[in-house]
Amino acid sequence: MDIQKLKAEQKLLKAWSYDWHPIERGYNNRTLYINVGSNEVSEKPVSQEMKDKFVGGKGFGLRLLWDATTPDTKWDDPENEIIISPGPIGGITQYSGAGKSLLVSISPQTDSIMDSNVGGFFGPFMKFAGFDALELQGKADKDIIIYLDGVNHKVEIYDDPGFAVDSHILGEELTELFAEDEKDAKNIGIVSAGAAAENSLIGMLNFTFWDSKRKMVRLKQAGRGGIGTVFRNKNIKAIVARTSGVKGNLNNVANMDMITKVGRDYAGEMRDLDDKQNQMKKKGTANIVNVMADYDLLPTHNFKYGTHDDAPKIHSDFLRDKWFTLGINDACWIGCAMQCAKGADDFELRTGPYKGTKVIVDGPEYETAAGLGSNIGIFDYHPIIEANFYCDTYGICTITWGTIVAFIMECYENGVINKEITGGLELNFGNVEASLELLHQLARGEGFGKVAGTGVRQMKKLFIEEYGADADFLNDIGMENKGLEYSQYVSKESLAQQGGYAMTNKGPQHDEAWLIFMDMVNNQIPTFENKADALHWFPMFRTWFGLQGLCKIVWNDVTPEDNKFEEEPHKIPKHLRNYLAVYEGVTGNPLDEAGLIRQSERVYNFQRIFNIRRGYGLRKHDAQPYRAAGPVTVEEYESRAERYDGQMKDIIGIDPTGKTTEEKVAITRKYREEQYEKLLDAVYERRGWTNNGVPKIEHLKEIGMDLPELIEVIKPLQ
Amino acid sequence: MKITLNNRPETFESTSMTMGELMRIKNFTYKKIIVKVNNKIVEPHEYDSTILNENDIVVVLHLLAGG
Repeated sequence: MDIQKLKAEQKLLKAWSYDWHPIERGYNNRTLYINVGSNEVSEKPVSQEMKDKFVGGKGFGLRLLWDATTPDTKWDDPENEIIISPGPIGGITQYSGAGKSLLVSISPQTDSIMDSNVGGFFGPFMKFAGFDALELQGKADKDIIIYLDGVNHKVEIYDDPGFAVDSHILGEELTELFAEDEKDAKNIGIVSAGAAAENSLIGMLNFTFWDSKRKMVRLKQAGRGGIGTVFRNKNIKAIVARTSGVKGNLNNVANMDMITKVGRDYAGEMRDLDDKQNQMKKKGTANIVNVMADYDLLPTHNFKYGTHDDAPKIHSDFLRDKWFTLGINDACWIGCAMQCAKGADDFELRTGPYKGTKVIVDGPEYETAAGLGSNIGIFDYHPIIEANFYCDTYGICTITWGTIVAFIMECYENGVINKEITGGLELNFGNVEASLELLHQLARGEGFGKVAGTGVRQMKKLFIEEYGADADFLNDIGMENKGLEYSQYVSKESLAQQGGYAMTNKGPQHDEAWLIFMDMVNNQIPTFENKADALHWFPMFRTWFGLQGLCKIVWNDVTPEDNKFEEEPHKIPKHLRNYLAVYEGVTGNPLDEAGLIRQSERVYNFQRIFNIRRGYGLRKHDAQPYRAAGPVTVEEYESRAERYDGQMKDIIGIDPTGKTTEEKVAITRKYREEQYEKLLDAVYERRGWTNNGVPKIEHLKEIGMDLPELIEVIKPLQ
Repeated sequence: MKITLNNRPETFESTSMTMGELMRIKNFTYKKIIVKVNNKIVEPHEYDSTILNENDIVVVLHLLAGG
């Protein structure tokens, strides 16, 4: 494509200049508002109260979205927004994992509040350009490109003269267009979606980062909940941010020495310990594929099982030894020593519109390997990486897509749907060709692929209403909660993780609470009170990272040598102390663990009440599909009969001898469902909520979050 | 032999085993692990030389917290 020709054809729709001023201790103290329908561009001040109550990142996103929408706003209404915010720590380069952006919007999948985090350059560059958040509202008549010029301090909106839709091409095109020369490419950060985001409810957003070694654009994903669909519904093709270079102390932090001291120490741990621990630098997050299989936690065949005879074929060693390029800086933000954004270079595509092309594929990460692999019965990295590439460039979430295809395959194998319904696709577990064709159909907006792009919740409804499917069966095996598909872990043997998934504000994503090993393997939290406490502090830690612009992986994917001597080693206390030092170093404000949790609690409760304001966020919305809690079918039970029979005898107190498998499935189910209800009781109490899951007014007062607009929502529900 | 492993009673047919054998039997393959026997830390290089005895209290903490 001739970029210069397109540039000549591009029409400027709006230009807006602003006065730039340096960041003060992590904050610009203003946000940027763009209405793509009216082309209004303006800035909004950030008050001290907003910083005190909402901190930044996800907190800013939620506050702005609350103010911009009504309880009745739908995802495709012009007033719905996408807010991108990196947080006060976001953009520093002296401590690892500080380049995250948090996105918030009303989700096309859940009709409620979605948040998603992502690395890449855009968030920090937006902040260096002068803004703590970008608020996108309205709906353009036709495709536009937004340019945030942090060098000349202006915002421009252009029409789209015909750039590519798919992100791996669009990212290259726009980098070439907006960078002055190749050297300047590192100063460009882009947000874009792809063809499938336009034709589905599960669209995600790619955030680019420039790989200076490979001299090409790489992609990181804000995957969950369909924010890419909202983006394309607004007819935004891309947003581009440009900076004059990342150097020194752009955040103008309060005490750089505090940050560099712990930053160097952490980098030393990665240098000295990573190779004998997780090998994040060699395998990325996919290092746990084989670990999950070993502990019967790797989702297989739509979460029926936790391992498979063919699981060794997708051992993470294959990624390290065959697919990933090693010895290269794979940081998705500058200065990150974790470097887990692995890439498969010169990957030759076998299917689809780019068949025969050699590309770089970002990943697969763990969730992608499990979702596009074991969970749909594929145990071969080539098709997994191929599907990874297409999900990315088409702009859909690999986690969501994996769980969708797994659900379809189980329905297909059970006769709920057939070849006539799927348009000839034989969607059995393990069918590589059919699963990839389904993905290409989605990108083209045709066939059964388009049905798949509506997600598990919509498909359940369709299959029940149109094809006479058994509603109970589909509700048991359809792995969604609140309308969002489960991420890729088997939670059957961890009651705490069942809560960690189904009690999550946005839907079952592991980035809020991941307690499987603490619960199931380590048995550290045996009582309901223990589990409830873990389901308090763990999500608050993770929420805090999302307020600050920090990556959750850096916290605990390398462990200091002396961690074994700590009183609470599972919290990786040294890294927690690092974070408190980094926060104080940036903002100048001292913080302790209680203060950290308090910051998170305020935003977490706000998000819960935001859900309630929209008609969700109650106990009934925290219900889980039974597949997440126990064996739905006879074959599932019998595959682990020794385990389940033993539990029946030792824990439930019923002798399984002489009982049919159907009877044993029913007994196990009754027990596990009761346990989950007791867990909800305990967690709600620990969190200061009513038995219906509503935050209590006195709790909001206690945490300093008794805002009148929140009280108004929850008062009738006390 | 009876031991307590992560606060759960465990019974094995053999009358003695090493910590290394226990790790293999339980398929504890994850590397970021803290092992304690009767509240004393056992380093990885000591697994195969550490003999477990009747009624030992063994803790194997996996420091894994999700992708």
